[in-house]
Amino acid sequence: MQHNEVIRSMKTVTLTLTNPSELLLEGQNITPDNFAAKKAAEIATLDVWEGKQKGPLGNYFTVAGDGAATAADTRIVLRGDCTRVKRIGQQMTAGEIVIEGNADMYIGGWMKGGKIHVKGNVDSFCGIGMEGGELIVDGNAGHHLGASPRGEWRGMKGGLIRVAGSVGNDTATFINGGTIIIGGDADIHVSTHGEGGTVVIKGNAKGRVGGQMVKGDIYVYGTIENPLPGFKMVGEVEQEVDGETALFAHYIGDLGERHPISRGKTVYANLYTRI
Amino acid sequence: MSKKVENVGCPYCGVCCDDLVVTVSDDGKKILEVENACAIGNQIFHHATGGERVRLPRLRQPDGTYKDISYDEAIDYAANVLYKAKKPLIYGFGSTNCEGMAAAAKVAEKAGAVLDNCASICHGSSFLAIFDNGYPSCTLGETKNRADVIVYWGANPAHAHPRHMSRYSIFPRGFFTGKGHKSRKIIVVDPRHTDTAQVADIYLQVQQGHDYELFDAFRAVVRGHEIPDVVAGIRREQIVEVADILKKARFGTIFYGMGLCHSDGRNHNVDIAISLTRDLNDFTKWTIMAMRGHYNITGPGAVWSWQYGYPYCLDLTKRDIAHMNPGETSSIDLAMRDEVDAFINIGTDAGAHFPIDAVKHLRKHPWITIDPNICMASEISDLHIPVGIVGVEVPGIVYRMDNVPIQYRKVIDPPEGVISDEEVFERIHKRLCELEAEEVAKEPVKAAPEGVRVGE
Repeated sequence: MQHNEVIRSMKTVTLTLTNPSELLLEGQNITPDNFAAKKAAEIATLDVWEGKQKGPLGNYFTVAGDGAATAADTRIVLRGDCTRVKRIGQQMTAGEIVIEGNADMYIGGWMKGGKIHVKGNVDSFCGIGMEGGELIVDGNAGHHLGASPRGEWRGMKGGLIRVAGSVGNDTATFINGGTIIIGGDADIHVSTHGEGGTVVIKGNAKGRVGGQMVKGDIYVYGTIENPLPGFKMVGEVEQEVDGETALFAHYIGDLGERHPISRGKTVYANLYTRI
Repeated sequence: MSKKVENVGCPYCGVCCDDLVVTVSDDGKKILEVENACAIGNQIFHHATGGERVRLPRLRQPDGTYKDISYDEAIDYAANVLYKAKKPLIYGFGSTNCEGMAAAAKVAEKAGAVLDNCASICHGSSFLAIFDNGYPSCTLGETKNRADVIVYWGANPAHAHPRHMSRYSIFPRGFFTGKGHKSRKIIVVDPRHTDTAQVADIYLQVQQGHDYELFDAFRAVVRGHEIPDVVAGIRREQIVEVADILKKARFGTIFYGMGLCHSDGRNHNVDIAISLTRDLNDFTKWTIMAMRGHYNITGPGAVWSWQYGYPYCLDLTKRDIAHMNPGETSSIDLAMRDEVDAFINIGTDAGAHFPIDAVKHLRKHPWITIDPNICMASEISDLHIPVGIVGVEVPGIVYRMDNVPIQYRKVIDPPEGVISDEEVFERIHKRLCELEAEEVAKEPVKAAPEGVRVGE
């Protein structure tokens, strides 16, 4: 296959965590946007935070390779144990990040474009306030995946989050758009207060699926341990989800919540459980 | 002649009873009698002069014992701990006045610390729900004078807020509620048949951890939809009956407690309770109120929201940016994730209230306790700084559970030489400024990376 553009100018910056921090490290500067058009030595001078101490990235990571001219052509590879590094790829708009192992909180938070691939697990608040791009996690994710930041009633607006493993609670709170696909199970509260978007849970859901939800879609392939009384079954439908077609029981809700009227018809949130 | 002090505020629970009468001995050194207070409030006053008090700061020695030191030495120690730490945590404030909280916030900002209060393990989740969904609340006076339906959901005031029911909710005769108890309907929702449930007209024994489902059922019924036969252990007929009572009330208040904030889902349980309250306002007047625990735990929310825009879990490590996100910047999470390297426990007892693993993590680093009394935290600290008891020996402003500020007075003087929380923090702040100035004088370049945008 031809990827002319990629072959043309993609440059890789490899960060290896060689001197881990004592407390957690906040790496909001680790984005293709910040690395673009910078030499390795300049990248090493970018700030990271350990509590109140601001220090150069080079104190903790060894940097190999230069950034490309633009963020879109910059690829960042993180090696070493980044379990205690937060905010990688926060607010990124383009380019690519590959995290070879685990990472901590806020990975891909508020991201607008580009792609992040985490080969291990991530902690909570990843992909919060997401507007675009792709966040792929091969392991598990913590709580508040693709949720809205505290107090923000306009949550995830776009983009794709794909988690191969299971997720914690409060997934997709206040979701407005975009897609979240979870390979494993989800803990309580999925798409609470949702007003759009799609969440697919290929495993089981514990409960409170679609609570206070106004609009949007949820698919659950497994079981819902404690379904909400505010959802009512209205029929069976065949739907194509993530490339495969299956038969689903169709519920509407949350009947306890307000719902807009569009073209004379009340709009409900849809919950589909696989039959 | 002993002296009677009237209209004294009680430094125990969020009800903030302000009708206490305290009798003080001739010499003004001993509290003889406390009238009108509940058993717990009574004890707080008597405890102040009933036994031996710690009068000097105590510093842990290499052999594990405590040694008395001067306040100056203690202030210097605390300031140095804060100055050297990368991410110190200052937590507590359940039992102090707003003046002390404001002074502590100054210290936290200067030291680049995380500032948190007991709401973090209590009604903090209510704040999150309020951020997301608003707070259709009222004052306790409105409830007393207007409410004819009272709901206690996941709260047990009979034990936790002993005079709440008699002063504001169930028993008092108010302006429009002249028949008192007789004209009020009391509904209690709790998995346990508590002593509060004993006085209820209707008791709903909700299945533990399923309050959210029950609220959802109430909301669906209020909007005229069908619900399953049984929800969260409650029969449909009973849900419909109670929903009807709620809709027909003249004025109602939902008081909720830890049963909502600290069972699974936390803020979402409160959030949906707020949604139900809003729904009911399509029919009649309904309000909701958090049963805040300590007498001034509403205070830090008010003070710090004014200072920084957030009520709790304030990460001030970036100094010019306040960041707040419980789950990350909340005390327990910081401790469990080993994110902090110094701890100040003030006006609470983290030693007793935190999970043991959190205590173990915090104990790896310097731990300072600022408290009038000997408590579990003071006994495992590196430094214990005694202070005067607010509401007994120190006056100040406190916020009642309905966000009404009340000026508390003192009835006696603190033990000789013992200072207030506010003074401790003011002096720590002064010492921090001195340390910073010393650093700048020594090596101007090295002082720069301390978070503040020096030179910008």
